[in-house]
Amino acid sequence: MYVGFHDRVMPHDHSDHDHPHSLLPSDPALRVKALETILTQKGLIDPAALDEIIDTYENKIGPKNGAHVVARAWSDPDFKAALLVDADPVLAELGYYGRQGEHMVVVENTETVHNMVVCTLCSCYPWPLLGIPPGWYKSDAYRSRAVREPRKVLAEFGVTLPEGQAVRVWDSTAEVRYLVLPQRPEGTEGIDEAALMALVTRDSMIGCGLVVSP
Amino acid sequence: MTRVHDMGGRFGDGTVVPEPEDVVFHADWHPRALAITLACGSLGLWNIDVSRHARECLSPKDYTRFSYYEKWMAALADLLVDTGAVSREELAEGAAREPSDLAGKRLAADAVAEVLAKGGPATRPSNVAALFAAGDTVRIRSLPENLQTPGGHTRLPAYAAGAEGTIVRQHGTHVLPDSNAHRMGEAPEPLYAVGVKARDIWAHPEHPEDEVILDLWQSYLSAK
Repeated sequence: MYVGFHDRVMPHDHSDHDHPHSLLPSDPALRVKALETILTQKGLIDPAALDEIIDTYENKIGPKNGAHVVARAWSDPDFKAALLVDADPVLAELGYYGRQGEHMVVVENTETVHNMVVCTLCSCYPWPLLGIPPGWYKSDAYRSRAVREPRKVLAEFGVTLPEGQAVRVWDSTAEVRYLVLPQRPEGTEGIDEAALMALVTRDSMIGCGLVVSP
Repeated sequence: MTRVHDMGGRFGDGTVVPEPEDVVFHADWHPRALAITLACGSLGLWNIDVSRHARECLSPKDYTRFSYYEKWMAALADLLVDTGAVSREELAEGAAREPSDLAGKRLAADAVAEVLAKGGPATRPSNVAALFAAGDTVRIRSLPENLQTPGGHTRLPAYAAGAEGTIVRQHGTHVLPDSNAHRMGEAPEPLYAVGVKARDIWAHPEHPEDEVILDLWQSYLSAK
């Protein structure tokens, strides 16, 4: 019977032993298994739907989508201009809309500005364009340090910025999701969109990598 | 005072370890944990702000020792019990005692693509007028706390509290998490990208021109 806590406004703080999750097995794999079993038996989840969700994020939605957008922006000035002003309709037209990507902003790296994206409070990330965030993006080290010492963090990715380039770190504190449009590498004039797309890395679209010439 | 999840600027977390781009999950149970959480979300028992707050309400000890998807599983178990969807006895026994009244809301396999594609937009019409425009100087609230609910959810990180900022961009009017996380209504209001100079928030900024940009609701801001 659903009782709900619609009327409850206080945070649900419990003492350690009182948290319901402590009733589950401590081994995480067993904990997940136990939850799946209970929820399936109760008719609240369908294992086939779980398989479908996993297939979506393992095989269908990932950084290739973002790379497509970047390569198109490098190849088509009108597309790029529209993308930077109001990304949502442009991305929707390409089919890149959905959960955790409902409100997109694309930020462009230039000679004077390098953009980088973090979520210090949790792990907000543009799923329809980049898929599931990598482990490091969700790590305490990245969440705590990206805002305070982005250049040291970039060095851990092998990236050193010139002195004349300011860093803008975007902390995703709302439902707006950010994609970095990396600088197009030199020596790629005359390369077509598909070949450009192959150069674009996931990390470059988070702002933790640069796209390099082939 | 905020909670353990509010870690922007904290010292002591060590180096960031990059990983290969083709790795999506690091253990077999990770994708399962993700999928169970998404599937339960579609039962409609909570909104995204309620679920974020449930993760934040893990004790600092648990939050710190749990890996990412362990936090998700723990918060999910807590939410399922809080909403009455699953009982404590069922969690303890690892088996259902009775089928759920909510089974009719179960996410079907053939509905997954549509549900994920549809998403959950946070923009809403609002009668709160925008007070600021791009270029305006603002002061960020000095108390990074939920003003209605003690210990409640907020999206104002402690590191930016009290700082001076510049409106970089208007995002329209969005659901206010401080209210929505406690089921007190969506209370939509203007949301802005606000730029803060690194030198105004850190004692040892890396570069004089570096800045941090945060998305902040109008009620987190005042005119300078």
